[in-house]
Amino acid sequence: MFMLLEATWFVQFAFGKRSRHETVTQLFITGIKSLAVITVVALFTGMILALQTGLELRRYGQEVYIGSAVAVSMIREMGPFMTGLIIAASVGSAIAAQLGTMTVSEEISALEVMSINPNRFLVMPRLVALALMMPVLTVYTNILGIVGGAVVGATQLGVSVTSYMDNATQFATNKDLYVGLFKAFIFGIIITTVSCHQGFMTTEGAVGVGKATRSSVIISFLVILVVGYMVTRLFYI
Amino acid sequence: MIRFDNVTKVLGRKKVLDDISFEVGEGETFVIVGLSGAGKSVTLKHMIRLMRPDSGTISIEGEVINDLGRRELQNMRSKFGVLFQSAALLQWMSVRDNVALPLREHTKLDDTEILRRVDEKLALLSLDDAGDKFPADISGGMQKRAGLARAIIMDPQIVLYDEPTSGLDPVTSRRIDDLIVNMRKQLGITSVVVTHDLHSALAIGSKIMMLHKGKIVENATPADFMKSKNETVKSFLDSQYITKKGKWETMSHE
Repeated sequence: MFMLLEATWFVQFAFGKRSRHETVTQLFITGIKSLAVITVVALFTGMILALQTGLELRRYGQEVYIGSAVAVSMIREMGPFMTGLIIAASVGSAIAAQLGTMTVSEEISALEVMSINPNRFLVMPRLVALALMMPVLTVYTNILGIVGGAVVGATQLGVSVTSYMDNATQFATNKDLYVGLFKAFIFGIIITTVSCHQGFMTTEGAVGVGKATRSSVIISFLVILVVGYMVTRLFYI
Repeated sequence: MIRFDNVTKVLGRKKVLDDISFEVGEGETFVIVGLSGAGKSVTLKHMIRLMRPDSGTISIEGEVINDLGRRELQNMRSKFGVLFQSAALLQWMSVRDNVALPLREHTKLDDTEILRRVDEKLALLSLDDAGDKFPADISGGMQKRAGLARAIIMDPQIVLYDEPTSGLDPVTSRRIDDLIVNMRKQLGITSVVVTHDLHSALAIGSKIMMLHKGKIVENATPADFMKSKNETVKSFLDSQYITKKGKWETMSHE
């Protein structure tokens, strides 16, 4: 029965004009508005990875392998993980704060009284937007991270961009990419679920909104870490 | 039309509603008064099943609503319009979109017809020029009127008002009172109003019920309410400087 109800909602959501409009808005908020911070974080993550591994590999004369080290780290773990943390801190916290404010100002009750399901009206557009946008942003993070590594390789470690890229593409596999994107997709669902739940559970006015926002970020971080480990274990052991 | 039978609700360790029974008749303006924490808003929330009683039954038009399923609940709620204390307008939508929301969600009317109906309600509430504004850009009184326009857009049989005049200046408060009276006269709507404002209650109510510590201490017509011998009611009347004739009492400075 519950499954049937959920399916009804999904159909109502998928074919609703207003839902599509709201989803596009959320895609814009998640994707475009997070680009600046993701750009900086991704570039520097790649640069730090390249510098740390490159300096260590140089001791053995193997600095040419920084391409594979950076690419595999970014695609498998760092890309989805860093993107997840940024989105949890920026978009997830905003979702919790918005829904929390709506809860304490009775807007959620008003929706219920108007027989408008808050899950369909508010949660679904955010869930779809984050689940779709997280893998896209992760690809962007991966590319920038690898580019950042290439810059450090070329300027600090004497590894040409061509050999860096050759090395990177030689060792990173399609499986790494797919597993990384799968993680990003799961992280998107985790962030939305945690943030919306914290928002809906808000009490105690403005203080409660602050608590919900903080809790949404902390819980999302922790769940992302644990689930990230479990997915890696599932696919690589 | 609305009937509470021996309803009890406990929140935490506090008995917010203690075995209360009352009935609201069709076309009545039923006012619930009482001190803060007396259980007024909780009573209102039970009427639309935003809360469930721990014991007792609540019926709307003869149908017990305690355990309604999702669809039945939706049907039951379609009879109601609710004006929340904070107006509860969605902040990212214009006033017009807020008022249009129930029509867009629950009817297949085209946008022209929806906008016609919305503008009609906005005009009824003197909000002709506020349609394109956002809730944050209009005054508290206008927000309440916009909330009321949204509450009546589906032509409900019953409208619930939670503190409709709280936080408003006296002139705007009386205007809201007039609107509530006009709703009954023009649209034949049954109203349940929760308020602290006894002047407002006396002006608009066909019945006034007072709650105190979760119990009903008085339930009478305004005239009988003024004559109540109950000490809590008398003290409540005194606190608002109202004489037995329902007039203002001048405060002595001697």
